[in-house]
Amino acid sequence: MHKEAAIREPLILGDDVTYSKITADVLHAIEHEPTKLWKVLMTIATITALWGIGCILYLVGTGIGTWGLNNTMGWAWDITNFVWWVGIGHAGTLISAVLLLFRQKWRMAINRPAEAMTIFAVFMAGTFPLVHMGRVWMAYWVFPLPNQFGSLWVNFNSPLLWDVFAISTYMSVSLVFWYIGLIPDFATVRDRASKPVQKLMYSLMSFGWTGNAKAWQRFEEVSLVLAGLATPLVFSVHSIVSMDFATSIVPGWHSTIFPPYFVAGAVFSGFAMVQTLMLIARKAMRLEYIITVKHIEYMNIVIIVTGGIVGVAYCTEFFIGWYTGVQYESYVYMSAGAATGPYAWAFWSLIFCNFINPAFLWFKKIRTSLTATFIIALIINIGMWFERFDIIVTCLSRDYLPSTWTMFFPTWVDLGVFIGTIGIFSVFYLLFLKYFPVLALNEVKTILKSSGERYKNMSDEDFKQLHPVFKTDIKVTNDTNNKDNEETTD
Amino acid sequence: MSDKTIYAIYDDDYVLLESAKHLVSKGIHIRDVFSPFPIHGIDPVIGLARTRIAMTAFIYGMIGVAIALAGMWYFMIQDWPLNIGGKPNFSLIDNIPSFVPVTFEFGVLCAAHGMAITYMLRNWTLPGFKAKNPYPRTTDDRFVMEIHASDSELSAEEIKAFIDETCVLEIDEK
Repeated sequence: MHKEAAIREPLILGDDVTYSKITADVLHAIEHEPTKLWKVLMTIATITALWGIGCILYLVGTGIGTWGLNNTMGWAWDITNFVWWVGIGHAGTLISAVLLLFRQKWRMAINRPAEAMTIFAVFMAGTFPLVHMGRVWMAYWVFPLPNQFGSLWVNFNSPLLWDVFAISTYMSVSLVFWYIGLIPDFATVRDRASKPVQKLMYSLMSFGWTGNAKAWQRFEEVSLVLAGLATPLVFSVHSIVSMDFATSIVPGWHSTIFPPYFVAGAVFSGFAMVQTLMLIARKAMRLEYIITVKHIEYMNIVIIVTGGIVGVAYCTEFFIGWYTGVQYESYVYMSAGAATGPYAWAFWSLIFCNFINPAFLWFKKIRTSLTATFIIALIINIGMWFERFDIIVTCLSRDYLPSTWTMFFPTWVDLGVFIGTIGIFSVFYLLFLKYFPVLALNEVKTILKSSGERYKNMSDEDFKQLHPVFKTDIKVTNDTNNKDNEETTD
Repeated sequence: MSDKTIYAIYDDDYVLLESAKHLVSKGIHIRDVFSPFPIHGIDPVIGLARTRIAMTAFIYGMIGVAIALAGMWYFMIQDWPLNIGGKPNFSLIDNIPSFVPVTFEFGVLCAAHGMAITYMLRNWTLPGFKAKNPYPRTTDDRFVMEIHASDSELSAEEIKAFIDETCVLEIDEK
């Protein structure tokens, strides 16, 4: 039995936690009728989603002229929303892949819901470039397919095409990673199901998983390798998204700091979104003993670190804007562009939400308070949206030629599609909470003995009393054998 | 008598692991173990070799990288070279910096999906397949050893006697 250091706080609270209790509690939502709260939220989410779908249909039917874009502002809310959603997705992969490589046990309680968030967020992100094409039915043109124009190929020098590959790889690899982890848990639901339809559905979804030793050995190896693949992937995705801007010559965009700055910002906003969703979910699903305050605190620490990186990046941009002496750069940063120009309100919202607001998390009292965390996380979500809005709209509105300077005003379609994607995302997420095992059952069970409160407080004697191996005391003759085996085991 | 399958059902992973060591030391071969989560340390005890599935990911990844590079060479340099912002359009080596992102992404795509498909096929888990775990509770909180009497010198009765020395919940025979 491997015990971890006593100084580490337990990750699973309670003296009565057993394997079957974890199963029953996590699968409670699947095995029971939906609660009133779920129904109310689902109704609101469905109405919002339908409104969003309506807006998208109107947009596609009429054309992207219904957005507030103009000649100067070729990109505005759409790409802001795209970057915002992709950024949110990054937390899920960071929790499930990077923390797996670092052997962080606290990730096990939150990786499943966080990765669900990733996948749904990337779906939503993909919507925006898609509808921005105008003719959605020609979206397949982004792939290098033989065509009737003398085989005119897509441009592999363009960051926009890199984005196509990055986002689609990220989405499908995250989906595979998530689903491979889900298969054993679907098998648990299948084996407990009593209703025939439920049994059939979960039998199909669990792919006939048996959970024998070889399958588990492969499972762990595949999880590790997928984590190893997803880690550079997650860094590459937002780096490539940032190159959409950084490789252009628009002042304020043309900056080598963008890739790391965007990745940190993505993780920052993603963890804020995980906090927002998790604080509600753990309460509504009564899983406070698995997703503990300690987990919330750990996530807040990640927010402090990534928020700090983002803060340093802001300062660096200003410093470089002044230090390079390039007049266009310094115009964007130092004078009318950001802080005092027509978009000053967006700029100062950003500074408040992303720079001042997360600083409160330095206090232990605040970062272990659930209400404070919820409010701060919500403000960060808003702030990170403003960050992308600032980068895109402010920089485009004041480019090289004063004659092209203009303002961007969103229309109701801009707003409608954005709110609609939040609705569609919520529908997906609520369906996930109701019909999927919300926590990685098989992973949480593996840490019960090493990090569960009950086992941590137990002496070795008590442990032997609780889990005796032999019925009578015949151990004396077998001790040497056991020791030999233990050596080979490790 | 010799083709009997004995199932020893435990309610704890630690107890099963220690019992497995005991049984193996008595010369009993454990055919398989069914559990709701991976039992760390069981593989060498029951004689499972390391899986080579990680190597397949590397091979698939390299294939992906090769396809991506060959494709971009054909599209951008061989078939229809275009002068885009003065970037080199006549040689793969000169243009490779801007091919790095797609090469990497496509390599990861092939590695991850290739390995996932291999994993499904090797486990023989695909949509619509029937589960073969002997007891439904092995996916919840039961841990089961599968022992075939024909695998060892001992008779089924002797094996059961050895299993019974350990804190087993139930011994079943099929």
